[in-house]
Amino acid sequence: MSGDIILAVDRLSMRFGGIVAVNELSFEAERRKITALIGPNGAGKTTVFNCITGFYKPSGGCMRLTHDDGRHIQLERLNDFRISKQAKVARTFQNIRLFPGMTALENLMVAQHNALMLASGLTFLGLIGAPSWRTAEKRAIDLATRWLTRIGLLDRADDAAGNLPYGDQRRLEIARAMCTEPALLCLDEPAAGLNARESAALSELLLSIRDDNGVSILLIEHDMSVVMEISDHVVVMDYGVKIAEGSPQQVRDDPKVIAAYLGTDEEEAIAVMESGT
Amino acid sequence: MTAPASDPKHASRGPGAAFIFKKALISALVALVLFSLMIGIRTEAGPTGQLIYWTRFGDLAAMVATVFFGSIVVELLRLWWGPVGTVRIVPPQLQSGLAVARRAIAPVLLIFTFLVPVIFYDQRYILDLGILVLTYVMLGWGLNVVVGLAGLLDLGYVAFYAVGAYSYALLATNFGLSFWICLPLAGILAALWGVMLGFPVLRLRGDYLAIVTLAFGEIIRLVIINWQSLTGGPNGVSGIPRPTLFGIPLTPGDDGLAARLGIEFSPTHRIVFLFYLILALALLTNWVTIRLRRLPIGRAWEALREDEVACRALGINITTTKLTAFATGAMFGGFAGAFFATRQGFISPESFTFQESALVLAIVVLGGMGSQLGVALAALAMIGGFELFRGLDQFRMLVFGIAMVLLMIWRPRGLIGHRAPTVFLRHSQAISSDLVKEGHG
Repeated sequence: MSGDIILAVDRLSMRFGGIVAVNELSFEAERRKITALIGPNGAGKTTVFNCITGFYKPSGGCMRLTHDDGRHIQLERLNDFRISKQAKVARTFQNIRLFPGMTALENLMVAQHNALMLASGLTFLGLIGAPSWRTAEKRAIDLATRWLTRIGLLDRADDAAGNLPYGDQRRLEIARAMCTEPALLCLDEPAAGLNARESAALSELLLSIRDDNGVSILLIEHDMSVVMEISDHVVVMDYGVKIAEGSPQQVRDDPKVIAAYLGTDEEEAIAVMESGT
Repeated sequence: MTAPASDPKHASRGPGAAFIFKKALISALVALVLFSLMIGIRTEAGPTGQLIYWTRFGDLAAMVATVFFGSIVVELLRLWWGPVGTVRIVPPQLQSGLAVARRAIAPVLLIFTFLVPVIFYDQRYILDLGILVLTYVMLGWGLNVVVGLAGLLDLGYVAFYAVGAYSYALLATNFGLSFWICLPLAGILAALWGVMLGFPVLRLRGDYLAIVTLAFGEIIRLVIINWQSLTGGPNGVSGIPRPTLFGIPLTPGDDGLAARLGIEFSPTHRIVFLFYLILALALLTNWVTIRLRRLPIGRAWEALREDEVACRALGINITTTKLTAFATGAMFGGFAGAFFATRQGFISPESFTFQESALVLAIVVLGGMGSQLGVALAALAMIGGFELFRGLDQFRMLVFGIAMVLLMIWRPRGLIGHRAPTVFLRHSQAISSDLVKEGHG
């Protein structure tokens, strides 16, 4: 794979006791491109995500993130909140994790925590209401307002996030991740539970994030219409290993992918396995 | 009176008569089993040491009947008032009136509190009670930061109260430092202990967190009891200096405030001064908390209560967020402790038992977790109400307990259960308590 690589995953492994969830997985994600990670249920996609975003410590392998300025960051060495704070990797969750008791606007304000913490002089400047803090807060609200406008939720800015319809919550979670101003956005099944119209709107939003914000996207998705429409590159996983990768067209026609998704006769499966390894 | 047809919960109308009857019967049965030995049979040691007993089936029957009918009454009350989520039989006019009253209640209460020393100048009892209530308001607001905002269940809050009180008492009696120097020191020391408690409990949640904080409170108390050389052990610290009005003592002497102002000395001056002092401290707590909620740190606390995993994904440092919550809450506890020491003039470990922690936590929970006004109202109801029932003698605890149970049925999420947003674009609208998480440690 040529071009500008933002994330290079090299022989990533993750074991839980005796179970190998991810086995020596290697792939690369290009800058300002949408890379999709697909595979049947239980293939280990979310585990890969959790490794990249610091929720799991991988058992082996490395993940190198390269920023615009050429700075390299080894993600496996960072943990927890530092992935988002220092490496600028943001993520959403398969089962939406908004702050349900806070308003849509507040959700987007919490996402700007680290920037605002600095602006508030670690709270002390903010406590005395320093002008520099006030302008920073205003800017943060402006950024949040822009995102609310973009996802069409400006009218519901002051509603509790838990009261929003499902589709709106999905989009709000993406907006919240974007408010951390990430370099790489990891989306875990953003189209799950959306209807066709909402899926189409989501595709448009993701393309605009890629093109207008210049953010690279790594995406887990089951909805093939979304994957095929917006992905620049597709990586297919099954049983913790990569079984195929390429453009959406290539992947769609790959017999191993079809076998993984649809199942095959036993002989056929053996043939596929042999040709694969 | 019917509810609007759009209300989806309209269908979930309360239970029927058979259900209520059955429930009352079960309650009565439990009461019969429980009380048959406790009340039904009375045993005593006879004159020669033998066991004599007699039965009191009349009392037992009365008790069981009370439980039976009480259970029916409670169920009926639930039907009428209803917990959150059931249909309310309150006319809309009354509801809008209540909304106006609700907005006015905070300023009215504040003005009234300012006027209390003027109105009740001659009534020492009322003033003392006012000081006590305000102390608990302040403690409640302090604990509210930890429990209400950050969602960390802290059963050892009294430890910080004790640290504050002993900090002032020891600094003042040993080094002669004045109250106004010791006050911030007491706050800082308590905050340090808050961080010390915070570190070991960072990974704990829910019940486990509660148990460790409970143990922490007991450890502090036991250390105070056993470290005789420093704290005087169970004898406590006495002769703690009274506060001065920026160096001017409130004493009958020539350099006292009364002599300087040329008015006649009265011991009430000191009480009034203490009243305004604790009022100022409580208002400071309130002001700081309200401001903190609108700052990133306060939003991070609330976000932590809502969803810790999402916080981590957004790059929020969970460790510092939890520690700052513990430290901030502890600091206010320390201030209140220093005030307690200077007010009493004498402190001993007896003042810092688990019961105090439980009382403050009850105030926060009854008030509605996270609500400043709710906590103030709950403190007033708990401390003031307890005094109100003083005439009932031994039934005081019983009446008080019933009142608390009724309140929790009527308002399961506290007096003021809804949450006010910290920032808004067009209009601020309260968030229903159904959506707000309680936190899990």
